[in-house]
Amino acid sequence: MSTVIRLRKGLNIKLAGKAEKILLPETAVDRFGVRFADFPGLTARLEVREGDKVMAGTALFHDKAYPEIKYVSPVSGVVREIIRGEKRVLTEVVIDRDRDDRVDFGVADPLKMTREAVTERLLSSGMWPLLRQRPYHIVARPGTAPRAVFISAFDTAPLAPDIDFIMANVHGNHLQTGINVLSRLTDGKIHLSQEAGGSRVAEVKNLTGVEFHQFSGPHPAGNVGIQIHHIEPVSKNEVVWTVDIQDVVALGRLFDTGFHDRERIIALAGSGVLHPKYHRITPGASVGGILKANLGEGNHRVISGNVLTGRRIAADGSLGFYDNMVTVLPEGDYHELLGWATPGLKKFSYWRSFVSKLLPRKDYEMDTNLHGGRRAFVMTGHYENVLPMDIYPIYLIKAIMAGDVEQMENLGIYEVAEEDFALCEYIDPSKSELQEIIRSGINLMIKEMN
Amino acid sequence: MSFLLDKMKKMEPLFEKGGRFEKLRSVYDGFATFLYVPDQVTSRGAHIRDYMDMKRTMIIVVIALIPALLFGSYNIGLQHTRAFGIVDWSLMQMFWFGFLKILPLIIVSYVTGLGIEFVAAQIRGHEINEGYLVTGMLIPLIMPIDVPLWMLAVSVAFAVIIGKEIFGGTGMNILNPALTARAFLFFSYPAWMSGDTVWIEGLTKGGAIDAFSGATPLAVAKLDGIARMPSAMEMFVGTIPGSVGETSVIAILIGALILLVTGVGSWRIMLSMTLGALGMGLLLNLTGGNAYMQIPAYYHLIMGGFAFGAVFMATDPVSAAQTNTGKYIYGALTGILVVIIRVFNPAYPEGTMLAILLMNVMAPLIDHYVVQANIRRRVKRVRTA
Repeated sequence: MSTVIRLRKGLNIKLAGKAEKILLPETAVDRFGVRFADFPGLTARLEVREGDKVMAGTALFHDKAYPEIKYVSPVSGVVREIIRGEKRVLTEVVIDRDRDDRVDFGVADPLKMTREAVTERLLSSGMWPLLRQRPYHIVARPGTAPRAVFISAFDTAPLAPDIDFIMANVHGNHLQTGINVLSRLTDGKIHLSQEAGGSRVAEVKNLTGVEFHQFSGPHPAGNVGIQIHHIEPVSKNEVVWTVDIQDVVALGRLFDTGFHDRERIIALAGSGVLHPKYHRITPGASVGGILKANLGEGNHRVISGNVLTGRRIAADGSLGFYDNMVTVLPEGDYHELLGWATPGLKKFSYWRSFVSKLLPRKDYEMDTNLHGGRRAFVMTGHYENVLPMDIYPIYLIKAIMAGDVEQMENLGIYEVAEEDFALCEYIDPSKSELQEIIRSGINLMIKEMN
Repeated sequence: MSFLLDKMKKMEPLFEKGGRFEKLRSVYDGFATFLYVPDQVTSRGAHIRDYMDMKRTMIIVVIALIPALLFGSYNIGLQHTRAFGIVDWSLMQMFWFGFLKILPLIIVSYVTGLGIEFVAAQIRGHEINEGYLVTGMLIPLIMPIDVPLWMLAVSVAFAVIIGKEIFGGTGMNILNPALTARAFLFFSYPAWMSGDTVWIEGLTKGGAIDAFSGATPLAVAKLDGIARMPSAMEMFVGTIPGSVGETSVIAILIGALILLVTGVGSWRIMLSMTLGALGMGLLLNLTGGNAYMQIPAYYHLIMGGFAFGAVFMATDPVSAAQTNTGKYIYGALTGILVVIIRVFNPAYPEGTMLAILLMNVMAPLIDHYVVQANIRRRVKRVRTA
């Protein structure tokens, strides 16, 4: 078995509301949506209009720069609405489901296909956006084979689902086929990173054609970007791909059954949920069904994804394209008398100035209050403690703020995604929006490099 | 306490744009957010944020300074009794005497400094920076007790405006603001910042008992070496003449403990600065030469402003080196420089202030080379790939 890569830097946020390992059957969902913001850097061109009939697998829009990358409807029905935001920026395509038929792409064995044929099939079926690339953490660009493919088989984010539990319950035996699909797309290796000890699920354990790695340590050890950095970091002029493990299953399902079917298992968690459990659901589906009669009293925030990197959605909003959990937290819209001066018995913190640091307590309720005001960077030496990469976070951030492209490249912009900086953002006493800065840096790089 | 919040909310419109007290927005804001952590929720990025903020960070440093302040108050009284031959004061009397002497210094420091901060925040449309809470306490503690209040006010204004605000405020400054204030006084009014009389309350006006000198251990060491210096124990406890907060190594160590336990102060800088001074001191012991070179190396750690500087000044995260490797280098060089300036500079007996200010200027350069090493590792990877 592979050696364990031990990471010491990072932080496990002890958030209350972990999902119980009980899987609930899929509830019928009528409203689906595909959100444009799930694909950073994308300039979309619509292929449908309001009122059009679509099938599961019909293209809704494509990438202006790469017209062959299509984004398809997850369900068969009618395009009810194309929502636009400020300055008419495309926000979401909403689809009302009315039947269950799907586009049949035909059964096929990836191992007997050429790279071109596999690529073509992924593009036409709308499965291509499941492949994401580093640098930039965007949808992979077709045409270049990646140096390697990286898959993370565990998630360390706050309240994240147990991927082993998910893999043990996922419908159908498609994981190996999915790996076979990926093996046609790269000449390099397929790296699969697991928690120390490895998976207990036979289907994962017995995979062939992948190189296993094991990691131990706190969050963000489960972030694929951190794993890449420790297995084989991305250098200039290199491209690697990353795929969510449940999407590997979906890739396999496309070839084994012929259908675009991304049904997955997600955790519904957080202290705002009455019954935090696991659910079967398709990305794009409204979460209104699973949240029905399941929300606690008071003002809550529903987040598609985890509390560090997820997106705020309405209580009946749609599950994000890549998300494997929904978190509900109480909103923190209250004033706290001398809040900065309390000893902090009930306040979980990275910082040792809170008494909670000495307590053995396992979970803490947290809300969305900012707990302070925005300031210039003052503290040093702490962001490094929660970023297990050979990167100087503040120097990279400052290079981005200065728009210094060469320095950004020198300091490792190719290796990072905003999610890797989420913990730096969480602990920051100056309350800076570091993830947003990282994304703006990546966007600048994309612009400069084209 | 919600009536307080109601009252606050009711007043808020007066301070907003177009309100009657629009020009006092930063003042209102400063006090309101001090009293209540605002109800602002996360809008972008991570949905949860740590409870730690700048207010808490800065207040921890202020708390860490309290032992030095308390001992300093007592020591002002103690030194006064020694100088004027008073024999019947109780410990509390000495403490109150000293405390009432230092209180005006603290008030002038805060009123001047925070006043400027409020104006700067108003001009920039920012919130008040909490950085001055620390600086405002540091400045009185590194002053001779007899410094005239107007001089203090001028040096505070210089430090805050020229040392900090013209660079963009807390977080942007190059030099430690408190030391900038002291350096300003040191070079503008040297008679008030050195010599044998300024360190003891009332001594500048004369009237001390016979044979009382009032010289600090540093001045003594400069002249005569170890022969007439106070004992190491006296210097460690702090019952010696000197700046208000810097004499007691014990009180400073309590502060250091608070900073280290809470993780607010950098142990890397404190440790490497101590080792740097100790190493340089030992080296001088070996080479010998004048009397100052022969005082035991560890004396450098307990006399003058070294301990105070290492714990509270050199560790200022904004003006120190920012990379972890850089902090070791920065601390060690500061420690070495302190001893070099003390021993070899004919003009000043103390070197801590100048060493830290000089290294503040060098810190970005140190960081630059540390970051360059990281860049070279990355570039090398591309070539070998």
